[in-house]
Amino acid sequence: MAPLLEVRNLTVAFDTPSGTVHAVNDVSYTIEEGETLGIVGESGSGKSVHALSMVGLIATPPGRIVRGEVVFNGRDLLKLSQRELLDLRGKEIGFVFQDPMTSLNPVLTVERQIAEPLKRHFGMTSAQARARVIELLELVGIPDAARRAGQYPHEFSGGMRQRVMIAIGISCNPKLLIADEATTALDVTVQAQILDLVRDLKRKIGTTVIWITHDMGVVAGLADTVQVMYGGRIMERGPVRSVFHDPRSAYTWGLLKSLPHGGKRGVTRLYQIPGNPPDLTRDPIGDPFAPRNPFATDRCKVETPPLVDAADSVAGHKVAAWYDLRAALATQEARP
Amino acid sequence: MTRFLAAKIGESLLAIWGVVTIVFFVSRVLGDPAVLLLPVGAGQQDIDSLRAALGLDRPILEQYFWSLLSMLKGDFGMSFQHQRPAMEVVLERMPATAMLAATALVFGTLIGATAGAVAALRRGTISEFIVMIAALLGQATPVFWLGIMLILVFSVDLGWFPTGGSGTWAHLVLPGLTLAVFVSASIARLLRSSLLDIMREDYVRTARAKGLMPRTVFFWHIARNALIPVVTMIGIIAGELLGGSVVIETVFAWPGVGRIIMQAIQNQDFPVIQAGVALVAAIFIVINLVVDLLYGVLDPRIRRR
Repeated sequence: MAPLLEVRNLTVAFDTPSGTVHAVNDVSYTIEEGETLGIVGESGSGKSVHALSMVGLIATPPGRIVRGEVVFNGRDLLKLSQRELLDLRGKEIGFVFQDPMTSLNPVLTVERQIAEPLKRHFGMTSAQARARVIELLELVGIPDAARRAGQYPHEFSGGMRQRVMIAIGISCNPKLLIADEATTALDVTVQAQILDLVRDLKRKIGTTVIWITHDMGVVAGLADTVQVMYGGRIMERGPVRSVFHDPRSAYTWGLLKSLPHGGKRGVTRLYQIPGNPPDLTRDPIGDPFAPRNPFATDRCKVETPPLVDAADSVAGHKVAAWYDLRAALATQEARP
Repeated sequence: MTRFLAAKIGESLLAIWGVVTIVFFVSRVLGDPAVLLLPVGAGQQDIDSLRAALGLDRPILEQYFWSLLSMLKGDFGMSFQHQRPAMEVVLERMPATAMLAATALVFGTLIGATAGAVAALRRGTISEFIVMIAALLGQATPVFWLGIMLILVFSVDLGWFPTGGSGTWAHLVLPGLTLAVFVSASIARLLRSSLLDIMREDYVRTARAKGLMPRTVFFWHIARNALIPVVTMIGIIAGELLGGSVVIETVFAWPGVGRIIMQAIQNQDFPVIQAGVALVAAIFIVINLVVDLLYGVLDPRIRRR
């Protein structure tokens, strides 16, 4: 069966006064129906921009899709007309955005904001939409839904607002749900509740999910596949267990090493990735992580490594690296 | 809501009392109206008897408390000059001022809102540039100068409209246009920057991600929020215009409230000054109240219960 989404060589740039920012470089991946893909990366890694650019949600100009194809359900989204994109957004691809404080319109009721896509895409009447809104609010775990529907966003707590955002995202039963840093602005306990909700919803409605975050912990608990991005490129991708237990990219390795480990006793300093985030206005040549990579070889600086199957690992585990992380780590440990 | 209104009305009365008090004492230091009312060369005896007749010979605090007391009963005294109740003299000028203000507000808002929206939607194009230059000029040009220039061109040279006075629709055109230019320039600039701010908001991206029509996104998500500061601005302008545009009413000899207050100050007609200022203050307060209530309609976050 063809994958639900196939991204091929997606390249996005922004023309700014200080030069062209190469935000997304040659990103290619696929996602199967029903899969949950976690995309991890720091600010500026291109993780959000690449998702927004697929459905025409970046401002053009200054944004510009340089090349690539985004085949969703058999159609190349980048070739769709404006009108076709409008018909697709919110209906076949739903979004859940970061920071529910600012992502909901303060002057419209929650009911109206959830009903909008229903009326737009299914031509529902107000009464039909209202019934569906209440059903959705109950589904995302908002008690007293009928009364709460008539309230405004400021009358909801942060976690409740995020639930409203999710209700908007899934309102039209999209084939794909893209969540962009959906739990970042929340308290850890609320974050855990939202993640539970998403797992629960996936079981109930089986939507394919792309979960974009900078939090490795969130991905570990939610995703089937993890994809690590850096400097607008995919550094590594594969089944969550394999990538977490056997990382092959020095960047993934650094990220995992900088996480605190709950079980360990005593005070150990957390690992810190040396250097600064990449300057995206420079021409994207070589491995973007090379300047910060203690294991980088000369080749890393001049030639961009392709994303290939990792040696001796499970199917689907791919890495973009000229160096051999396992060998490098082994020699490091062997040293006195 | 009732408590909110009661508090507002209390505040308003306090404000009007303050304004009337200041005007009472300031106008008393302007000079002696009796001298102005009598023909040149009148003797000291005539002056004294007129002062007594007007009640101006009493101690100033006594005058103040008496006039305050009668104001509470709605009596602002007799105009020294017109020999009629002062409030009546001011109020009969109200329709002329209201008509001019309404004309300027309606046309100014329509033109300003359209221009501001065009400038924001056509960001970075020649249309935005033209609108912004025009708005800057419109706001920077002194209204008296613009008024005189319009008279020179359209009345003196072309003879299309009368130079001043009131009575027909033709009389309304030039003063209305002059004020509308200023109003529309202010509104266009504010609305443009407000729209551009809102367009960057996260919830606008949410609206677009829902696949809503650009029209819906603009009117329901962008304009709806961008209008909040514009409503305040329109309120302030409406207050200023309804209080009588002193300069424009003078330039176009428009028989409005601003002009009668101006004349009363020149003639030291204390009761008319007081009545006029109290009326203007009351208008301002009522408009502020309307703006406050409109806020609640536009922005549920500040809606009161």
